[in-house]
Amino acid sequence: MDNFSCPIPIAEYPTILLAHGGGGKLMHQLIERIFVPTFGNPTLNVRHDAAVLGVNGVRLAFTTDSFVVRPLFFPGGDIGSLAVHGTVNDLAMCGARPLYLSAGFILEEGLPMETLWRIVRSMQAAAQSAGVEIVTGDTKVVDKGKGDGVFINTSGVGVIEHSHCIAPDRVRPGDVLLVNGDLGRHGIAIMAVREGLEFESAIESDSAPVAGLVLELLSAGIDIHCLRDLTRGGLASALNEIAAAARVGITIDEKLIPVREDVQAACEMLGFDPLYVANEGRFVAFVAPSDAERALDLMRAHPLGEGASIIGAVSDEDAPLVTLTSRIGARRIVDMLSGEQLPRIC
Amino acid sequence: MRFIDEYRDAAAAQQWARAIHRITTKPWTIMEICGGQTHAILKFGVDELLPKSITLIHGPGCPVCVTPLELIDKAIEIASRPAVIFCSFGDMLRVPGTNKDLLSVKAHGGDVRVVYSPLDAVKIAQQNPDREVVFFAVGFETTAPANAMAVYQAKRQGIKNFSLLVSHVLVPPAIEAILSSPTNRVQGFLAAGHVCTVMGYTEYEPIAQKYRVPIVVTGFEPLDILQGIYLCVKQLEEGRAEVENQYTRSVRREGNQPAQQLIREVFQVVSRQWRGIGPIPRSGLGLRDEYAEFDAERRFDVASHHVEESSECISGLVLQGIKKPHECPAFGTRCTPEHPLGATMVSSEGACAAYYRYRARSSANG
Amino acid sequence: MCLAIPGKIMSISGDDAFSRMGKVNFGGVVKEVSLAYTPEAQVGDYVIVHVGFAISTLDEEEAHRVFEYLQQMEELQELEGGQQVSVTD
Repeated sequence: MDNFSCPIPIAEYPTILLAHGGGGKLMHQLIERIFVPTFGNPTLNVRHDAAVLGVNGVRLAFTTDSFVVRPLFFPGGDIGSLAVHGTVNDLAMCGARPLYLSAGFILEEGLPMETLWRIVRSMQAAAQSAGVEIVTGDTKVVDKGKGDGVFINTSGVGVIEHSHCIAPDRVRPGDVLLVNGDLGRHGIAIMAVREGLEFESAIESDSAPVAGLVLELLSAGIDIHCLRDLTRGGLASALNEIAAAARVGITIDEKLIPVREDVQAACEMLGFDPLYVANEGRFVAFVAPSDAERALDLMRAHPLGEGASIIGAVSDEDAPLVTLTSRIGARRIVDMLSGEQLPRIC
Repeated sequence: MRFIDEYRDAAAAQQWARAIHRITTKPWTIMEICGGQTHAILKFGVDELLPKSITLIHGPGCPVCVTPLELIDKAIEIASRPAVIFCSFGDMLRVPGTNKDLLSVKAHGGDVRVVYSPLDAVKIAQQNPDREVVFFAVGFETTAPANAMAVYQAKRQGIKNFSLLVSHVLVPPAIEAILSSPTNRVQGFLAAGHVCTVMGYTEYEPIAQKYRVPIVVTGFEPLDILQGIYLCVKQLEEGRAEVENQYTRSVRREGNQPAQQLIREVFQVVSRQWRGIGPIPRSGLGLRDEYAEFDAERRFDVASHHVEESSECISGLVLQGIKKPHECPAFGTRCTPEHPLGATMVSSEGACAAYYRYRARSSANG
Repeated sequence: MCLAIPGKIMSISGDDAFSRMGKVNFGGVVKEVSLAYTPEAQVGDYVIVHVGFAISTLDEEEAHRVFEYLQQMEELQELEGGQQVSVTD
């Protein structure tokens, strides 16, 4: 590696920016130019929410995720429940039944013990409701001022008990796109309590474990080609990732995308587009056209799918673009943002 | 949301579009002044419903696009000082200065905070008496009353650790600069509904007469914009050149008197440098002498040095409607939202960013 | 240059004109807003709000004008038996 030169030329970004963590293009630059070329192997290169491993004929799913949410406690959840749901959901995105989690804590010197106790109890409650056990972990402490309270990493293992392969390269033109509920609640719930932008609302994070709903669809024989949870960067980033990975075009209809009125109002006030706002209990499913209606009914019968909706379809022209038919019937490109959305006045 | 959703109704939008088709007999070039209008046009695809012969030009109405490079560099220099808490609207954080932006100042340890309202910055000053709180006061006439109130309240409450880095600009002088340029192609304007909510529209009447151009004060939702275009095209087709108010639910001819009063109390008209266009006399606002103690440029003796624009960037021509974003050779290749060469690509309102995001990708298929 | 949205005033507080504040509801999101520039605004009114300040009281009658204008044009169009123009010609 002696002649290794950094693939992101210094002229571009000498240091890491917040935007590199925002789920947009800059984060993808890090993944595509530093991590994947360096660690590259067939399993990693699938670039899916979880890695699928074959061990003695059993197919396992393995994933990891870190949580640095601020504030630690927010309407509808906290860093603890989020850490469990996030990894459980990543496992669910390849149709695995989540079994075991690890929990790695990085604690800042001076963190009140009561805060840690609340977070750990919340993690246990979330694990029980998701049907997983936290079986291993680690704890490190950093100097005061170097850690911002608590960081949590959770890794997860699940077993895949069906023969489907659920990944971007199974996406086909004609596939129908479904989301399991209204979008934008998590990102806005966090914004509402962030210093300097406070506003009152009943908006709570949608953070929830969706593995049960996904497994229900699979056991009903729904032909699911791909699943992707809609976390940082929201629906728009997820669709752009899949359109690029599967080299397909995707068209969605703005009128069919469910957004609650108060979430839409907060987005109007901040100048946000809900398509880019983070969710923590929402996913998009690419389903064979013949199974679309059945999948929709099954989702709507499940507590975490009541607001499910068919939002669009895969096409074969103008790949890998994601295009949207706007509310007034005109078409436009849905691009991936470079970093995070910032509240704007203009 | 009431008084928003009704103005995004598809059937009504199609009706307005048909009405525009019916009355359009010739090609017309219309400029929408405000970045917010540009955003709505491209986000909802309003321009796709229009006859091909109507060209919409995105004007210089976005504070991010027009704030001069020197001021961005001053903001970066002030924000880098350890004693300073630098507050700004989110729009300004990614605007490229000569070599970095406010986000990278934050990445290097600068205390840079996003605020929703200027009054939040005053609160932060009260909560941090030992720090110097500086608010980046950008914007057009719409934002001037809010920035004026922040200074007025700070003076009344004797808050000493608060100051404004002012980059306020006015719309009418910009319209005149565009119309008086020999290469001007704009035949009619959609004026910015919220600027006129504050200032009224009497200032535009002499401009319409002098340059023989229709000016329609327009709102920001699809139906507002479509009706604004309809009224503008109707005047052009009939050879009229008047100021007309489409955004009647918010704009009155004399505007908001209490707001104008406080603007006059705190600010005075000054000449301003417009990024990409150059200096325009009497085209901006600066703090009056009675409020000089709140002027960050005076409080922090920041070296003012003339800075060269990226030679490749044609944002000035785009802002004046002389060039379309995709006519720039760097568009979508050397100049993208991740690596903006000029401010019209940085702001999500900027003509180039809006065009990149919602329309063409590279200048090839523009 | 100016993102401003309409909201309904739920309550008003503050004594003198400049410190008059209102709790304004934007489709379920409530924010404290300065009413210094809209002295005429009362509880129940809609105001247009920009960066935490109400800059005008929304005129509800005028708000329907764009639809009435459309209505009259359509009727006029039928009277003249105008030809149907397709939007995407």
